[in-house]
Amino acid sequence: MLSLSLNGRPVTLDVPASVSLLQALRGPGGLSGPRFGCGNEQCGSCMVLVDGLPRHACTLPVEAVAGRAVTTVEGLGTPDAPHPLQAAFLAEQAGQCGYCLSGILVSAAALLRRDPDPDEAAIRAALEPHLCRCGSHNRIIRAVQRAAQEARA
Amino acid sequence: MSGFGAALPPADGKPKLPGSLHANRRLSQWLGFSADGRVTIAPGKVELGQGILTTLSQIAADELDVDFARIEVTPAATPDSPDEAVTSGSLSTQDSGGALRHACAAARAIFIEVVAQRTGIPPERIAIVDGTFIGPAGAIGSYWELADQALLETEARPDVQPKAAAARRIAGTSVPRIDLPDKVFGAARFVHDLRLPGMLHARVVRPPARQARLLALRDGALPAGARAVRDGSFLVALAPTEWAAEAAALQLAGWAEWSAEDTLPEAGDLTAWLREAAGRGERSEVIRRGEVVPAAASLRRSFHRPYIAHASVAPSCAVACWQGDTVEVWSHSQGPYNLRADIAKALKTAPDKVLVRHREGAGCYGHNGADDVALDAVLAARAVPGTPVRVLWSRAEELGWSPFSSAMLVDIEATTDAGGRLVGWRSHIVSNGHSSRPGRDPVPTLLAAGMLAEPFPVKPSINPPLAAGGGAPRNGVPLYTIPHLEIDTTRLLEMPIRTSALRGLGATLNVWSIEAMMDELAAAARVDPLDYRLQHLDDARAVAVLQRVAVMCGWRERQKRDGWGLGLGFARYKNTGGYAAVAAEIEARERVFCRRLWIAGDVGEVVNPDGVANQYEGGAIHGTSVALLERVAFDRRRVTSDSWETYPILRFSDVPKVAVELIDRPELPFLGAGEASMAPTIAAIGAAITDALGIRPRALPFTPEQLASAT
Ligand code: FES
Ligand code: FES
Repeated sequence: MLSLSLNGRPVTLDVPASVSLLQALRGPGGLSGPRFGCGNEQCGSCMVLVDGLPRHACTLPVEAVAGRAVTTVEGLGTPDAPHPLQAAFLAEQAGQCGYCLSGILVSAAALLRRDPDPDEAAIRAALEPHLCRCGSHNRIIRAVQRAAQEARA
Repeated sequence: MSGFGAALPPADGKPKLPGSLHANRRLSQWLGFSADGRVTIAPGKVELGQGILTTLSQIAADELDVDFARIEVTPAATPDSPDEAVTSGSLSTQDSGGALRHACAAARAIFIEVVAQRTGIPPERIAIVDGTFIGPAGAIGSYWELADQALLETEARPDVQPKAAAARRIAGTSVPRIDLPDKVFGAARFVHDLRLPGMLHARVVRPPARQARLLALRDGALPAGARAVRDGSFLVALAPTEWAAEAAALQLAGWAEWSAEDTLPEAGDLTAWLREAAGRGERSEVIRRGEVVPAAASLRRSFHRPYIAHASVAPSCAVACWQGDTVEVWSHSQGPYNLRADIAKALKTAPDKVLVRHREGAGCYGHNGADDVALDAVLAARAVPGTPVRVLWSRAEELGWSPFSSAMLVDIEATTDAGGRLVGWRSHIVSNGHSSRPGRDPVPTLLAAGMLAEPFPVKPSINPPLAAGGGAPRNGVPLYTIPHLEIDTTRLLEMPIRTSALRGLGATLNVWSIEAMMDELAAAARVDPLDYRLQHLDDARAVAVLQRVAVMCGWRERQKRDGWGLGLGFARYKNTGGYAAVAAEIEARERVFCRRLWIAGDVGEVVNPDGVANQYEGGAIHGTSVALLERVAFDRRRVTSDSWETYPILRFSDVPKVAVELIDRPELPFLGAGEASMAPTIAAIGAAITDALGIRPRALPFTPEQLASAT
C-alpha cells in the first residue's frame, strides 16, 4: 500500500513497491494520460510531474513517490476548465495522433511555471526529451508560446 | 483484388458509384439519423492521426445540411461497416469522402422526397437548415422526426447530384479536429487505454534471431496468476497485471531454448546484396514510351536507401476475447476486414467467426505491427476463453519486429541532346516488395502465422499494381517530359527482413533519385535547377506549385552563404495524387541540419485546409528525419536498431521551421495529402547539401559517414 497525492487528491495504491509509477498510474490508478512509449526514458510519452518537476514515470519506482504530489495531464485541466496549455493546444490544433501530447503538456506546464516567458529555444530545450513522430513540433511550439502569452495577458 | 483502393475500374457491371460506395451500396451502411437530433456516419476508413474522421464529418454535414456538431462517427468494425479495405495510399478522402458525399446527397434526396409527398410541397421548394425541412410557410419536419432507418435500407441512386462546390459551407473550412480534445485531456481514446472487466495482460517472448524455432521450454514456477501460452515458436506470458506479465515473460525467456541461424545479409554491403539478389529476382517492365532519340551526352548514376522503420511513438497493442468459437479483437489496424481475413486464415476458421473493432493507435505511417499484434492477442486469449487479453509490444518489438520499408537500389541513365535537354531515361529499380498487408493472399501474412506449430510459409512481399501507384516503382516514372522512357523493376524473391508499405513506398528513393539527376543535368546544362524543371514540365499544376515555392523561399534572390544550402524537390505523389514542391534550407556543420522548409501543395479540393497543411508539414518533418537519420541496423541474425538510441528520429531541437501554402482547387477532385510531401522533402534536402558542400550524395541517410563517401 502506497499513499501519494495524485492530481490534488490523496490516493492509496495497492501495488508492489518496485512497480513503475507509469504502470501503477495506468493500472490501479485508472489513468490513461500517462502513456507507454519505450520504458526507457527515451521518448517522454510517460512524463508526469513529481512535486512540480517532470519525471519519466516509466522508470521511476512507485515507492519513490510515496507521500509526494504527482500531477498527470488529467490533473492540468478538464474540458470544462482547461489549463491554458490545453486550450492553446486546441486553438493551434497542435497534434495529429496526439499520443505524445500528454507528456509534452506536463513538461510544458513545468516550463511555464519556471519561466513564464520562454523563448523558442527554451521551449525546444524543455521538449527535447519528447518524441513526436507525426511532425507536430512546430504547432506544439506555437501552442506553448500562445499559452505563455495568454497567461501573461 | 481488394484493398488497393479505387484506382481499379469496376468490373461488376453495376452503375458506377463514387469511391467505396460502389462496392458498399446500401445507404444504411454509411449513415443514420437518431430521434435525438444526431447523425451517425460509419465510414470503413479509420483514424490514423491524419484527421480523416473530421474531414469525413465535414463532408457529411455539408451534404446533409446539418450542423457539424451533430455528426458522430462510429468506429469501423466488421461485419457492419462498409468494407473500405485499407486506410492507405492517401486515398481516404477519395474513397470514403467521395462515397459519403454521394451517400449523404442520396439520403438527403430520399428524405426531401418523403417530406414532399407528405406535405404536397414540391421538392425544389423545400430547403434544409440544420436538419430541419423548411417549406414556403416554415418548418415541416426534420431528419430526426422522420428518423426512419428503413428509408436508408436502399442502394444509393447513381443519379443524385451532390452540392456544387460554391454551395459548400463546412467542407473547405478548417474545422477543428474532433478527436483532439480527448488527446489533450488524456482521455481513454487509444486501444492502449481499453480496459475490459477481468482483462489479462500479455507479453510476447521474442526469439533471439529471425526464423528461429523454439526447441524446448524448461519447466518452472511462474508468479502467482501468471501462465505461459505456446503454439510452436509463438510464446507469450499472461498475467493479471502488466508488471506480472513482464516478469513472467522475462522468466520464460530464460527457460526458452531456440534454434538460431544467420539468415540476414551482411549489413555492411547492402547494395552488393541487393544486386546479387536481383539476379535471382523477378524483373518486370514499368514503362516503355517513345523511341530512342540520338543523344549528345549521358549521365549514369546509382542511388540507394536502407531499410527504414515506422517508428511510431506507441508500440502496437491489441485486445482479444474468445466466446465459444468466435473471437472479438480490438485493433488499430488500417484495414479491419483485411485483418479479419488473415486472422481467420491463421486460425483455419471462417471470417465470420472473427470480429474486428477499430480503436485508434498512435500515428500510423503504413503497415506497422498493428495487424501482427492483433493475431498475438487472438492466440494468447485462446487459452482463456471468455477473458479479454491485452497484448502490448515492447519498444524493442516495435522497432525490431514490425514490417520495414525495403532497402532499395536504382540505376539510372539519362541522355540529353546538344542543348542539355532530356531525351531519354532508362532506369532499373531493385527492391523487395512494398506490401505484405493482410487480406490479399491465401496465406496469412501476420508475424505469428509463421511461428505456429503448423507454421504458414512467409512469402516475399508483393507490389501493389502499377494502376494503383505501384510499390517499388512508385514515382519511379519522371513526370518530366522525356521523349523516350524505359523503366524496369526487379522484385526480390527472398525476404530476409520482412517488408511492407511505409509512407511513400518506393517514392522515398525514386523521387530523390530523379530530382538529384535533374539537378546534376541542370548543372551540366548551366541552367538554374528551377528553370531546368520548368523546361521539362507540361503539367500546369506542377508548374504552379514549383513557381509558388520559388516565391515562398526567395529562390530567385537566393544568396550563397558559407556552409548553408538551398535545394528544391518536386513530385506529384503516384503521378496521379497530390502535388508538392519543397524548398529546403540546410546548414552543414559537424552534421547536416535542416533549418527551414517551404512547401507548396495542390490536392485538388481541400476539405480541411488546416488538416491538409498539418499532413504536409508532418510528412515533411518525417522526410527530414528519414533523410538525415534513419537506417535500420542488423547483424546476421536480428535487427539491432531496436531502441530510440539505436534508431534515432528527429527531435525538437532539430526540427526545421515549415511554411505550407496550398493552391485550392475546389472544383477539382480530392487527391489526398498524407504522403505527398515526404519524398520531395528528402529530394530538397539532398539538393541543399549539394548546394552547401558541392558533393552529390547517392545514399540515404545523409549522415556524416555517408556524405564522406559522396563526390
Ligand atoms: S515511456 Fe517513459 S520515456 Fe518512453
Ligand atoms: S502527434 Fe503523433 S506523435 Fe505527436
